[in-house]
Amino acid sequence: MYTQGLDSLGADCLHQATDAVTLEQRFQSKVDEDERIEPKDWMPDAYRQTLIRQISQHAHSEIVGMLPEGNWITRAPSLRRKAVLIAKVQDEGGHGMYLYSAAETLGISRDELLEQLLAGTAKYSSIFNYPTPTWADVGAIGWLVDGAAIMNQIPICRCSYGPYARAMVRICKEESFHQRQGFEIMMTLARGTPEQHRMAQDALNRWWWPSIMMFGPNDATSKHTAQSMRWKIKRFSNDELRQKFIDITVPQAEFLGLKVPDPDLRWDEATQHYIHGPIDWKEFEEVLKGNGPCNRERLETRRRAHDDGRWVREAALAHAEKQRARETQAA
Amino acid sequence: MSASAATVLSASTDLRFRYAVHLGDTSLILAQRLGEWVGHAPALEEDLALANIALDLLGQARYLLSYAGEIEGKGRTEDDLAFLRDPSDFTNLALVEQPNVDFGHTIVRQFLIDAWQLELFECLQGSSEPRLAELAAKALKETRYHYRFSSGWMVRLGDGTEESHKRVQDGLDSLWKFTSEFFAPGAVDEEAAAAGLGPDPASLRAAWAANVEQVLTEATLKKPADVSYRWFGKRNQHSEHLSHLLAEMQFMQRTYPGVQW
Amino acid sequence: MSQQRKQWPLYEVFIRARSGLEHKHVGSIHAVDARQAVEHARDLYTRRQEGVSIWVVRSSDITASDPGDAEALFEPAKDKIYRHPTFYSIPDEVKNL
Repeated sequence: MYTQGLDSLGADCLHQATDAVTLEQRFQSKVDEDERIEPKDWMPDAYRQTLIRQISQHAHSEIVGMLPEGNWITRAPSLRRKAVLIAKVQDEGGHGMYLYSAAETLGISRDELLEQLLAGTAKYSSIFNYPTPTWADVGAIGWLVDGAAIMNQIPICRCSYGPYARAMVRICKEESFHQRQGFEIMMTLARGTPEQHRMAQDALNRWWWPSIMMFGPNDATSKHTAQSMRWKIKRFSNDELRQKFIDITVPQAEFLGLKVPDPDLRWDEATQHYIHGPIDWKEFEEVLKGNGPCNRERLETRRRAHDDGRWVREAALAHAEKQRARETQAA
Repeated sequence: MSASAATVLSASTDLRFRYAVHLGDTSLILAQRLGEWVGHAPALEEDLALANIALDLLGQARYLLSYAGEIEGKGRTEDDLAFLRDPSDFTNLALVEQPNVDFGHTIVRQFLIDAWQLELFECLQGSSEPRLAELAAKALKETRYHYRFSSGWMVRLGDGTEESHKRVQDGLDSLWKFTSEFFAPGAVDEEAAAAGLGPDPASLRAAWAANVEQVLTEATLKKPADVSYRWFGKRNQHSEHLSHLLAEMQFMQRTYPGVQW
Repeated sequence: MSQQRKQWPLYEVFIRARSGLEHKHVGSIHAVDARQAVEHARDLYTRRQEGVSIWVVRSSDITASDPGDAEALFEPAKDKIYRHPTFYSIPDEVKNL
């Protein structure tokens, strides 16, 4: 929305205001006072570009994230689980749409963003490049991946950019069921037959470290953190959020009777936090670079859906045009 | 459909079971097919729409199969009926087991079945079996929306581009033969009608055909000639597709029997 | 032409949560026409019974005030405090005012 107004504002505003520095100061003081920035407000170009990057990465993650779990829709082990899974994967599509819609307020179209995704120039969360070979993966994704996502997203409900914050409020509200259904699946498996228990443990083994890495690189090596914190489009550092996630999740794993695959993990009385072992950032970088188990498949699947659907999207437009022409003629 | 005392009595437990399974199977298999689309649709908007329809149909299937299991009285649950029956025990209409092929085929399949379910559920509201009447009232509302979706797309694709017209006409030509089953006698739905449980299948034809013709005209599509096709899913005669579909759908329950999920 | 054709136009969506409340802007949706926009809005924005009524309008048909004019438009109302009931002092013993 409002995208059509963006072209005009540069000239107008600059004309009135003394200079760009004042505009930037005014912008920053608005952010400092926890006021929201709205689409037509003046904003530094770097803020706009960072938001486009962040929101679209987030949107792409939702859309690509439909695939690993969608892989189990046709094979869900009960009708109840099937219904829940369809609703959940559908929610992810919906969340992608909320986010694209927020990104579009910044003057870029959804088609452009999708093109970036399909061309491989835009990023999405690396976690979705891991496979879902067993049913337990659906549980582990809900419990761990959605758990980590929620941890990341809740602070963004208060981010400085209005449309992003509002989309995030809606998303967080809807996502609370995702994590619970995942935990429920894990609980059923962990308390089931030895085979089911093994399935659950195996899924935890495979998803634990990738989930931990979802919070991004260590603060010391993170490129964007400082500026994004100043702009309030990020409110906690990667390491803070990661620690919070671990502290919350380890007792849940204990409750399930599953073992977190980290031999160095221990509770530290002094800090009242869990201390975890070293993270294999090499793996993180490899998957980010495109060498994960499913990078290629995920993008190819999205590309195929996009290409195969082109004739449908074009037909709908062509029909609407015909209709309009007929209405004009009749009038 | 009249529900006099005599006809109510003639609706045996066995017949009610088989009729509910027939209706439930049709909704279930179609939901399974639509589920295959989620994440792969031509636009995100359609991912959401197809998922919504799949969820409605799955809800109908669960209701009907649970009911069937209850009246059968052997302790079979919705899951037992969905996952532990062989293809030859299924009595869904053969149309719904046909593969998605492309969005055009999927829409044609959906449209033809939606137009049928519209009439079916309308009449089923008067069933002598209150549980079926209750299901019908709820399902009718859902189906009205499904029909709105599928008929809208029939028109958009039929009267869209040359390519879309060709694809949707292809879909119509290859799927049309499966509609003769909707109205044919000699299966559980005819028995159910005689017992006041549901409408006479033949009686649904006129309204269905009128709706379908109207939409096809608007969509500039040619109605295929009726063919005499006599392999009916409701008489347990299925295409090759059903066993593949079930192999996938039933995989977990078959591999790990007797386990809670 | 082909450039224009590529993307489904954008519609803004307004939902009435329940009767008695006004329609409220909830976000946007892509669709080829108004009818489809209503359907897409229904599928996206009312999955959890969030509404009883939907409005859609082409985003390009919305005229918005310019943030650059905000001071001229809205600040003049700031000192008209006599428009608010609290501006007037009435003795406590006077009731129903």
